[in-house]
Amino acid sequence: MRYLPLTNEDRAEMLAKIGVGKIDDLFADVPAGKLLPEPPALPPHKSELEVERVLGHMAARNLPAGSLPFFVGCGAYKHHVPASVDHLIQRSEFLTSYTPYQPEIAQGTLQYLFEFQTQVAMLTGMEVANASMYDGSTAAAEAVLMAHRLTKRRKAVVAGNLHPHYRGVIETISAMAGDQVTALPPQPAGNEDVSAALDQESSCVVVQTPDVFGHVHDLAPLAEKAHAAGALLIAVVTEVVSLGVLTPPGDMGADIVVAEGQSLGNALAYGGPYLGLFASRQKFVRQMPGRLAGQTVDADGRRGFVLTLSAREQHIRREKATSNICTNSGLCALAFTIHLTLLGEAGLTRLARINHANAVKLADALAQLPAVSVLNSAFFNEFTIRVPGDAATVVEALAQRRVLGGVPASRLDPGRPELKDLIIVASTEVNTDEDRAAYAAALGKVLA
Amino acid sequence: MNEQTITTAPTPATFTGNRALDIEEALIFETGRPEVTGVDLEEPAALTPRLGGLERKAPIGLPGLTEPEAVRHYVRLSHKNYGIDSGMFPLGSCTMKHNPRLNEKMARLAGFGDIHPLQPLSMVQGALALIAELARWLRELTGMPAIAMTPKAGAHGELAGMMAIKAALAARGDKRSVVLVPESAHGTNPATAALLGYRVEPVPARGDGTVDPAEVEKHLNSDVAAIMLTNPNTCGLFERDIVAIGDAVHRAGALFYADGANFNATVGKVRPGDLGVDAMHINLHKTFSTPHGGGGPGAGPVALSAALAPFVPVPFVLADAEGVRLVEHAAGVGAYAKPFGRLSAFHGQFGTFVRALSYMLSHGSDGMRQASEDAVLNANYVRAGLRDLLSQPFGDRACMHEVLFDDRWLDGTGITTLDVAKALIDEGYHPMTVYFPLVAHGAMLIEPTESESKASLDLFIATLRDLAFAAKAGEKARFLDAPRLAPRRRLDETRAARTPVLRWRKPPPAQAAE
Repeated sequence: MRYLPLTNEDRAEMLAKIGVGKIDDLFADVPAGKLLPEPPALPPHKSELEVERVLGHMAARNLPAGSLPFFVGCGAYKHHVPASVDHLIQRSEFLTSYTPYQPEIAQGTLQYLFEFQTQVAMLTGMEVANASMYDGSTAAAEAVLMAHRLTKRRKAVVAGNLHPHYRGVIETISAMAGDQVTALPPQPAGNEDVSAALDQESSCVVVQTPDVFGHVHDLAPLAEKAHAAGALLIAVVTEVVSLGVLTPPGDMGADIVVAEGQSLGNALAYGGPYLGLFASRQKFVRQMPGRLAGQTVDADGRRGFVLTLSAREQHIRREKATSNICTNSGLCALAFTIHLTLLGEAGLTRLARINHANAVKLADALAQLPAVSVLNSAFFNEFTIRVPGDAATVVEALAQRRVLGGVPASRLDPGRPELKDLIIVASTEVNTDEDRAAYAAALGKVLA
Repeated sequence: MNEQTITTAPTPATFTGNRALDIEEALIFETGRPEVTGVDLEEPAALTPRLGGLERKAPIGLPGLTEPEAVRHYVRLSHKNYGIDSGMFPLGSCTMKHNPRLNEKMARLAGFGDIHPLQPLSMVQGALALIAELARWLRELTGMPAIAMTPKAGAHGELAGMMAIKAALAARGDKRSVVLVPESAHGTNPATAALLGYRVEPVPARGDGTVDPAEVEKHLNSDVAAIMLTNPNTCGLFERDIVAIGDAVHRAGALFYADGANFNATVGKVRPGDLGVDAMHINLHKTFSTPHGGGGPGAGPVALSAALAPFVPVPFVLADAEGVRLVEHAAGVGAYAKPFGRLSAFHGQFGTFVRALSYMLSHGSDGMRQASEDAVLNANYVRAGLRDLLSQPFGDRACMHEVLFDDRWLDGTGITTLDVAKALIDEGYHPMTVYFPLVAHGAMLIEPTESESKASLDLFIATLRDLAFAAKAGEKARFLDAPRLAPRRRLDETRAARTPVLRWRKPPPAQAAE
């Protein structure tokens, strides 16, 4: 067994040193009859070559995004990741380290987390950011719980155009915790007035920009109304590249900004692992969930970094903690920060402009088809089209023509007839003019 | 060639502050520039933006580095980190075992790494099959009929399991408000219960470090929803009365949550389903060796008993006579009839699933059983090597995969558990877990894992013995000044918490001109 260094001679010698006759003597506390006499009924060990065969066959039954014109988004985006990112995150000292409990030998992790937190704060227009959460949706739910703690109210108002899966996570945790949620119905045209649902019991309003249908929103008026009602504005961003060109939520009055960070540095990987970004105002920091890296000095006066403000956390506070979270998404955050450092402001801005331009070109190409209408006037790299008939059938027919044309809105939110004919379409820097032409041609044929 | 003279002069100060391979590294904000980029991108097509007038008005301030600068920055940072590949990392309760590189290779196959969570299902049949296969292995190993796969870490799995319990109680119209948590539990247990609105009632341990069923009985009544019990517990001991505890809990109409953080001690040896457990999360990053990555990502699927099986979060993969399908929305199917909602945006930590299955296939049923036995053997070997010098809070008895010492052996030395940990750093080790569990004073929790060879353990034992003799001989400087050889000496954590500096800010001009 290639991963186990002990030999049978070692084992015998060690048992003798311990003073027992056989290994099961060390399992003597297991209640009678509960120790399995032999290994469970599963296959025996395999060589690397055999494992590669088994998993290779499974992988071959999936169609990789990079193998055809690809326009699927809705919270996970296909971007190009520089080769050095994946190389660097696989360095042993990053890959095989743990939460930096011993900061003297974890300065690598702590410094990149400090840099990551600064980048996230800058990008979102906020003052502080944590060391990351599981994903954008769990970050959104944690933001709601934080707003409840800050306002001492227990009701969240959730915009209709928030990603339905994010809404689902907020609703699930709220229902279980005994908190209220007012979730508004989706408005595919993008003209929803969320503020009407605010009242004196609302702790927060959760709104996404660009929203799930791709519309971009000026949050300033909503922030003003939320604050007037004594509530906080939680802004959700599922496509973090948009912050390269769009006014950040922090500049529009948001109190907490959460985002999905997968777009930078991280593979699609069928939905995870990803990383949630979580940023807020300095004055709220002691109610923030999650890990925080902070700067300090060592015994020789040299700058160094540690995990800090842990009095918020479960390992200290137990049932009084701000969250039950124990980890962050360390390695995903590392991939994010490396990719963003490689891009820099110049690269990120250009990347965002390319994404926007590609989406505009695609929207114009699809709008040329007589049966298709584009719902958005303002969008970043994602927009919604209306097609005649059932959108899910159209998407499947496109796939048969080797174009992955987007997400039928009904897949995210079934049971709403008004979404049946909508496809949410994303276009990033990976798409070429040929891809766009292929999409328009395929859609024309499918609808003909 | 002249013969070299070896001197014992103190470490010299250098002009750069660097010490050979240990190179000081500035922050990216101090070396990078906003106009620099390490990514070549084409000029975007000229067009009138359709951003609704919401273009950014002010610069972001993000620095950029070219590729050679960026690579050097992160490589130098990596040199300041200790990983399992660097040396022995006996961090109790965290299970720092070897991370096979095959698993990384498998997760990066385009058919796994480059598939989107919302692709048409006809194009991800292999991914659904992989999730179903991993669930099958987990069902076999736990002896439990259902696995909720989407929780993204251990604490998230706890949340899912406790939600399933809450949903099951609600479904039978039973409103209960208390959760029992033994004192030795991980902090996540009480935090999870509190998040769900439960009142947490601590259960003290008896003299041997385990939970006494009679004590549990005293706390049980019709208001108790569940007990959250870690097995093996955080003292490294198998809860020998676990079956009796489970029976008592069930008699009271409550449910049995097991924290599976230490499942790695018993995989292939004991099945939690045979012990009466209703829900148990499995840390794939511990037991099944997916990389910890500096603190995540983890993965925390939850095994559920027949009583809880209907209450899984969506989405889930269903493998039955009709084949393998994905259920994404609340209307449940078959055995999974009452999903309680959704816990993450997509299907859980799929990339971690690939790595875990790769590990399981590699080890096989026989190898996983051997790994558990070796993990337990290694921990007991460390115990045997140190029992005459170090003190054990519950006496010298067989442990499972980790061995717990307290700090009584340091009495009168002026040296603390923390000092011992820091001295181990100078010796080239990552320290053990310290000050956890709280039930042992000045706890030192050592988990060698099955990845260590006998020679490695012998050196570790010899090192700790040497430190113990030094402590007892009054060589305080070796401890109080430690670490002396790490990239940093002890860091001022009080200052970090009192005046938090959580991000870089541009220094004011006067300071910048210094």
